[in-house]
Amino acid sequence: MAITQAAGADRDPASALSKRNQSPLSSVQSILHRYPALTPLLVLIVACVVFGVLNGRFMSPTNLSLVLQQVAVVGALGVGQTIVVLTAGIDLSVGASMILAQSVMAQMAAAHGVPGVFALLIGLFVGAAAGALNGILVSRIKLPPFIATLGTLSIFTAIALIYSSDQSVDSTQLPDVLNWTGTIIKVGSFRITTGVLVMLALYAVFSVVLRNTAWGRHIYATGDDAEAAALAGIRVNRVLFSAYAVAGVIFAITAWVLIGRVGAADPNSGTNANLDSITAVVIGGTSLFGGRGVLVGTLIGALIVGVFRNGLSLAGVQDLYQTLAVGVLIISAVGLDQWIRKVGK
Amino acid sequence: MTGGSELPAPILEARGLVKTFGHVVGLNGVNLELRAGEVLGVIGDNGAGKSTLIKCLTGALVPDEGTLSLDGSPVSFRRPQDARAAGIETVYQTLALAPALDIASNLYLGREQRRAGVLGTWLRLLDNSGMRRSARARLTELGIATVQNIGQAVETLSGGQRQAIAVARAATFGSRVIVLDEPTAALGVKESNQVLALIRDLRGKGLPVILISHNMPHVFDIADRVQIMRLGRTAAVVRPQTCTMEEAVAIMTGAKQVAIEA
Repeated sequence: MAITQAAGADRDPASALSKRNQSPLSSVQSILHRYPALTPLLVLIVACVVFGVLNGRFMSPTNLSLVLQQVAVVGALGVGQTIVVLTAGIDLSVGASMILAQSVMAQMAAAHGVPGVFALLIGLFVGAAAGALNGILVSRIKLPPFIATLGTLSIFTAIALIYSSDQSVDSTQLPDVLNWTGTIIKVGSFRITTGVLVMLALYAVFSVVLRNTAWGRHIYATGDDAEAAALAGIRVNRVLFSAYAVAGVIFAITAWVLIGRVGAADPNSGTNANLDSITAVVIGGTSLFGGRGVLVGTLIGALIVGVFRNGLSLAGVQDLYQTLAVGVLIISAVGLDQWIRKVGK
Repeated sequence: MTGGSELPAPILEARGLVKTFGHVVGLNGVNLELRAGEVLGVIGDNGAGKSTLIKCLTGALVPDEGTLSLDGSPVSFRRPQDARAAGIETVYQTLALAPALDIASNLYLGREQRRAGVLGTWLRLLDNSGMRRSARARLTELGIATVQNIGQAVETLSGGQRQAIAVARAATFGSRVIVLDEPTAALGVKESNQVLALIRDLRGKGLPVILISHNMPHVFDIADRVQIMRLGRTAAVVRPQTCTMEEAVAIMTGAKQVAIEA
């Protein structure tokens, strides 16, 4: 897209020079700069149209329902990951936090006979504690987020495996509350799980929080320029700490979604969740340098990955090529972000 | 109290400020008086103590010794928020704006207004439209009409416009004193004049301003009094009407010595 635009500008150099600030390329750039979720949305629409043409089954309600169910877990994790990335941080322990919370929920209910609701609440508390640990390491001990969460990734994974004795807990041993996220709801010929609804609810709630509360604005300001935010009276350390802690709670809610999706509490599921959540955030137009992006972009990013994997496999393309396609998507997304950020320089 | 004081009482007064950093003496017993409706210029060579003095006045540093008083009553600031709560607003050289956020968000950064009623108190939702409306009114009032869209990201503005936003923020919330640190350092001629006009405007509204600058012509153009710092002390306080820039430079560099008070 960028290349054709540049060619168009070259054909008429006089007009491009006369209104330098309004050349087609730079106006595209400034529009993308204002609406970071626009590009991923266009990519998603084009991908759906192309895959729909390639294979008639792609657009069937059954298949689209399947895509939604497949992205529920990564999509929900992406909510927490986006909040952290907006502060110019990164959380590599997303999957591990989720599995830790899941193990605690499952063991509490199955091994200790704790009622389902309380098992869930204890799991959410563990998620919050895991996030708080990341938050303290980043905001108080001032470790780079990459290093802090790389460490806790191993720690949380190990604790989850030790605590669950590396044993999966089947859904038949779990209380209804924990299995609730696997419930299927029929909307016309669509079959959506309650887990998908939980994921969508997270997006709805946190979109409002990020856009319409002081906390949300401070998340953006901190990621944008932490020093400036501090001088403007924002308690940057508190904002950072709370971002990781809130993300921890979201990862624990995702653990609940995961139990419904898998039909069991398996400590070895969700192994790709760490990188997949970052992929969704990046493809969704949120800048890894912080301060820029919208939450709904991450949902679109997760859907793009889901649609690509599903569409390519329906078109008979091998798994390995799907992974290749995701890699190209990531690099394109970050390249685009670098270009868009030049507006402010 | 004593005879000859037809001068207005000082709004902000510092007495005997001392600040050391290890063996380095940043301030060595500095006094400062800021009177109602005046622009006080603070000049001095690098390392003369300008920044340290300003940081002690705005809570960014806590002085080792000395007292501060605001409107005659003693105050002490432990952090920038304390000074801000007392009505002292600072425009830092770095401006302290969030580039990706829009103008209205930046004006209210750190003191966002919530909606009235349950939506604000319970759900803590922001009054975005209200903040935009008053931000627009504020910019119009200060004569910053070049800004077209209040929802524009600050990074899309020119250097002068950004400076104007930072000054507008200080003017909106500073009820007692405005402190400007090198406000024209990064600006062109036209933009500098715009900022100087803003400062005159603030003085016209009765708000006293402390202006720290390397730019002698700007200081001598706009300041009512100029405090000249040298080696952590006040070398002199002069009036632009009775002191030339050359004399000020001589005092600044120690080539000339005068009695302190102007």
